[in-house]
Amino acid sequence: MTSTNPTTLDPAGGASAPPAGLRPVRRASRDRAAETRRKWYEIIGLTTPAIVVYVTFVLVPMGFAVYYSLFRWRGVGPPTEYIGFDNYVMAFQDPIFLDALRNNAIIVFGSLLVQGPIALGVALLLNRHFRGRTVFRLLAFVPYVLAEVTVGIMWKLILTPGGSLDALLQSIGMGGLVQAWLADLDIVIWTLLFVLTWKYVGFAIILLLAGLSNVPQELNEAAAIDGASWWQIQRHVTLPLLGPTIRIWMFLSMIGSLQVFDVIWVTSVPAVRSLGASATMATYMVDNGFFARLWGYGNAVAVILFVISFVAALLFQRFLLRRDIQGAMTGRAN
Amino acid sequence: MTANATLSPPNRRRPVSWGNPLTYALALAVAAVSIVPVLYVIIGGFRATPQIVADPAGLPDPWVFDNYARVLTQSDFWAQAFNSAVIALGTTLGVVLLGVCAAFVLARYTFRGREVLYTFFTLGLLFPAGAAILPLYLMLRDLNLINSYYAVILPQIAFSLPLTIVILRPFLSAIPRELEDAAAIDGTGRLGFLWRIMLPLSRPALVTVGILAFVASWNAFLLPLLVLGDASLHTLPLGVQNFSSQYTSDTAGILAFTSLAMLPALLFFTFAEKQIVGGLQGAVKG
Repeated sequence: MTSTNPTTLDPAGGASAPPAGLRPVRRASRDRAAETRRKWYEIIGLTTPAIVVYVTFVLVPMGFAVYYSLFRWRGVGPPTEYIGFDNYVMAFQDPIFLDALRNNAIIVFGSLLVQGPIALGVALLLNRHFRGRTVFRLLAFVPYVLAEVTVGIMWKLILTPGGSLDALLQSIGMGGLVQAWLADLDIVIWTLLFVLTWKYVGFAIILLLAGLSNVPQELNEAAAIDGASWWQIQRHVTLPLLGPTIRIWMFLSMIGSLQVFDVIWVTSVPAVRSLGASATMATYMVDNGFFARLWGYGNAVAVILFVISFVAALLFQRFLLRRDIQGAMTGRAN
Repeated sequence: MTANATLSPPNRRRPVSWGNPLTYALALAVAAVSIVPVLYVIIGGFRATPQIVADPAGLPDPWVFDNYARVLTQSDFWAQAFNSAVIALGTTLGVVLLGVCAAFVLARYTFRGREVLYTFFTLGLLFPAGAAILPLYLMLRDLNLINSYYAVILPQIAFSLPLTIVILRPFLSAIPRELEDAAAIDGTGRLGFLWRIMLPLSRPALVTVGILAFVASWNAFLLPLLVLGDASLHTLPLGVQNFSSQYTSDTAGILAFTSLAMLPALLFFTFAEKQIVGGLQGAVKG
């Protein structure tokens, strides 16, 4: 667009060109300058609203979290009592926070190890062509569509002592299995992991089905003609091609698990949460920062949560995701 | 799984056919696990609380419609549904509008700093925006936005922008350059091209990001919990939570309220499912 413009003055021919030729040249460069200016007006005009909203409501709060975390501050007036990193030291000395960290680790690894295989199996199943497939797909996605709050209340009612799960277990002669599902300090985190799995496995299934529909049919056909069985085709053709989708899901699942709040908050009993058995970093942050009004401390927890997520994301990207989102991170649009 | 090995390629020539019994057995099992707890809640809403206490896992006998009627007439259900709708629509509109403008520039303009700008937006995918919820609350308080729709809509737009741009950009750059040149020859500027050609052509991607933003907003809990103290502004998720902690002994009522709250999402998703899976195909391309 710019290099082939015939009116550009080239150093060799410039001297011999008739003086009259200078006028169109000047006008052309003026047009070009106007065009460039217009382009920049468009770029700035179109991107500014998005940049302003994104910076104001995502990046600026993040910066303030770092600042506030250095103060002992009850949230009234500007923070004045500077205490350096004391809030951070306090967090890592609080056994409840350490419990929350452990619970987050259980949820991250539990989600990856349980949801992944289940979702893969279900996605391969629902990718087969059979009558009624659409209906089965819709049903499998239902838990994912429901709001976290409704899921939480729903399971709370089902799992309540003497509730329907206990009644069901008793009616099939397995009454010995009945537990205080949401009140037993040793069990509650596993109950919550089950609820989270039930809720979010549908997200993995949706992503995998989208990935599966990108696998070219010709490859499967070629493999089938070569005598590969259905299982061999899945194992050697489909799965490797799903690699990027699986890794993107793992990434999103990990970030989501680190900041999990809603389901935990609604399903677990506050007393159990305050003992650490069912707390996560996010519930701990809101309990302390917002409801107990320890704003400096809460912001320190927010920064810890942010740093852990960011480091985990960078490590994941460095070692597993690099090829998949290379375009996204280095900029090649496709 | 291995038992399915006999069902290989010929099956594909007839795209829709009856699968073998094992396929159906497994599919039914998956469906049951997903849907039975939900059915329990919906059907439980048709029982009276004493019935539920006496036999938690039973069926309604007789069917009671009073719980649903009560929620729809005496609770704040309709007001909360209205608040949810306003906030979700506002968020969706904002995300799509801001997202498509930014993605258009990132996809169709060549300029210095373009990739820096793109990386800047994609950074939002790398960390949980929810981590900054406390300072966000303080900022909204200082801006006097607490207890307003804006306190939820604006941050939700911001949180949704990274994913929106990541989904839209490849879609917008895939539209052939020739169309843009042809439009230029016809005297259409880049903005006219965006409005008259890009937007109609990218409708599927726009619908996908719109649906994702809408559902995320409709289901959101933490942000509304912190910034909407005023009960008259509460959204449905807050309403469900309030109702269940306020009427703890009214199990049947809670079941009815919870059922009614999930209905819109279920209906909405039933109509949009194909679109979501289709729209994500571009985003998860290897």
